[in-house]
Amino acid sequence: MSRKFLSGNEAFAEGIRLARPEVISAYPITPQTIVVERLSEMVEDGSLKAEYVHVESEHSAMSCAIGASSAGARAFTATSSQGLLYMAECLYYASGGRFPIVMMNADRSTALPWNIYGDQRDSLSQLDSGWIQAYAENAQEALDLALMSYRIAEDKRVSTPYMANLDGFILTHTYETVDIPEQEQADRFLPPYETDNRIDFDSPKNMAFSAGPDTNFIFKAKAHAAMLAAKDVIKEAEEDFASVFGRRYTGLTEDYLTEDADYIIVTLGSIAGLCRETADKLRAEGIKAGVVRIRYMRPFPNEEIASSLKNAKAYAVLEKDISFGNEGTVFTNVNSALHKAGISVKGYNFIGGLGGKNISAGDIENIFTSIADGTDTVNIIGAGGIGNGK
Amino acid sequence: MANKTAESISSEEFFYGHKACAGCGGSLAVRAALKVLGQNAVSVLPAGCMSAVGFNFPQLCFSNNSIISTFAGTASMLTGVEAGLRAKGYRDFTAVGFAGDGGTADIGIQALSGAIDRNDDIIYICYDNEAYMNTGIQKSGLTPYGAKTTTTPAGKNIHGNIRPKKNMFEIVAAHGIPYAATASVGYLPDFIEKVRKASQIKGTKYIHVIAPCPTGWGVAPDATIDIAREAVDCGLWYLAEYENGEFRLSRRPKEFTSVEEHLKKQGRFRHLTDEDIKIITDSRDKKWEYIDRTFSL
Repeated sequence: MSRKFLSGNEAFAEGIRLARPEVISAYPITPQTIVVERLSEMVEDGSLKAEYVHVESEHSAMSCAIGASSAGARAFTATSSQGLLYMAECLYYASGGRFPIVMMNADRSTALPWNIYGDQRDSLSQLDSGWIQAYAENAQEALDLALMSYRIAEDKRVSTPYMANLDGFILTHTYETVDIPEQEQADRFLPPYETDNRIDFDSPKNMAFSAGPDTNFIFKAKAHAAMLAAKDVIKEAEEDFASVFGRRYTGLTEDYLTEDADYIIVTLGSIAGLCRETADKLRAEGIKAGVVRIRYMRPFPNEEIASSLKNAKAYAVLEKDISFGNEGTVFTNVNSALHKAGISVKGYNFIGGLGGKNISAGDIENIFTSIADGTDTVNIIGAGGIGNGK
Repeated sequence: MANKTAESISSEEFFYGHKACAGCGGSLAVRAALKVLGQNAVSVLPAGCMSAVGFNFPQLCFSNNSIISTFAGTASMLTGVEAGLRAKGYRDFTAVGFAGDGGTADIGIQALSGAIDRNDDIIYICYDNEAYMNTGIQKSGLTPYGAKTTTTPAGKNIHGNIRPKKNMFEIVAAHGIPYAATASVGYLPDFIEKVRKASQIKGTKYIHVIAPCPTGWGVAPDATIDIAREAVDCGLWYLAEYENGEFRLSRRPKEFTSVEEHLKKQGRFRHLTDEDIKIITDSRDKKWEYIDRTFSL
């Protein structure tokens, strides 16, 4: 093991090197570009043996990855924002074909107005594309997700593509000390990709076919079941990861002081750290605050969230996203989890960080105190309540 | 008498039992090309006629490895298939794409340009039936001047399509591609030879084959070969190759047959006035002046 001072992008690239992808389709977009730059250097210096393809668009990046995966190769690409939206057709294609491609997405605002900074409207708009969606909090987790992603996606029970999301700039461009495992450890954790879902010269296949009304739903039901099966596979992978690398992750969510908490913020990505610090501060003042960090938006942690929030007096979902005409998408998903579990806790939605707007410690403290007092149900931080009244 | 061309290709069928319309030129091009390339061809077909008629689960009609790509993604998926198979250690295979005119000259031109730019080791075959036939005969970038389609109606004010075909052959050649060719299913041995030649060249290969669609062109199902042949004989299409930076004609008709007769046989051109036909004939003559000046024989 070695330690290096790396940005989130660089840490993810290191994780991908250890995962030994066989085909990389590369196209630049801020703030993801450093990932494909580093990978090109690794291919050049021989430390990564992969076909490195300079595609001419994100649509082709994913289309190429699908082709490579259909050949049985481990495929990787990375994108962000407009690029993710441009390749959106191919996201559904990859998941429908059950190709376990891994993609890093640098979470970034979507035009218009143009903006290169981080919010999560790009990836959250693709929740229904059939991809596993993970959200990293720091550079170490980014590297570790790169390794775990293939293990989870390629598991025969899952066979579903995997999108690892890093907050643009805040995580992609921030440097931290990162532990880099040895290749031997990585190989022990992640075996080569084996699949029957591939071109076979002994027994030729027709792949990515049409299926009419009589059979189409069966393929969709199977894809849904596979995504649900990923819940157990994620836990197994994290167990093995802990035994090989000594770092333990907590499944679909990560709880902080939720057991006796009266007021809980549910959030995702890099803002979770500041939420935990603020919870500590409020605890010192006698307010029982807690934090749930969602690590996976798909498969969605329905049971975990219900269990963490059931004894709270109120909760807030803090997210960098808005579904215009309704509310934040994460809020919708969290509310659904509670409703299905028959839990009635008052919930609030705080939308912040759009277009990279800073979310301060004061903002977070204000969320905790305002949900204790009661406030508008849906709020854009800095712009006030936009939903139903108190 | 022995048929040299028939003997040179596989007697196996690789595209069989599909539900293409009677007389489909596109399916003939696919069938013939796969008989040249054989069992180890991996075909990539975008959403379009050939995928719509061949890939309906559980009736799957390719006996070689085949996959549907996104409409825009024929070339980029070919790139991935080729790179993936090479990464897995395979050497003895041919990645071949079969895309229509819309899938090639319109929505797929960016990915095709990218693949040629990278010089990926693939064969890209455009079967050109001169409109979006799968969706019901709409104008594409390769619909010829004057043609009536369901989005270029022939009325009193506008006589069908008002723009000429894009010149895909020369667009592709302008990339400095290792090999490009034009062909017609009306001259099948020539097409088969060009596919064979392409399979022996490393890098990106492009073959543009005219493949009439009786349904869309308004001709009888048994007229496909004749009409595809006539398109060459009357000079509206030409058979050529581009290799080592040079254009070469595969066939120079001594005298062109009648453009008017050729057009009037087809329902899509029946509305054309004498003036329209003169525009088409003049543009043919201008094109051949250029060809005779710049292409070798």
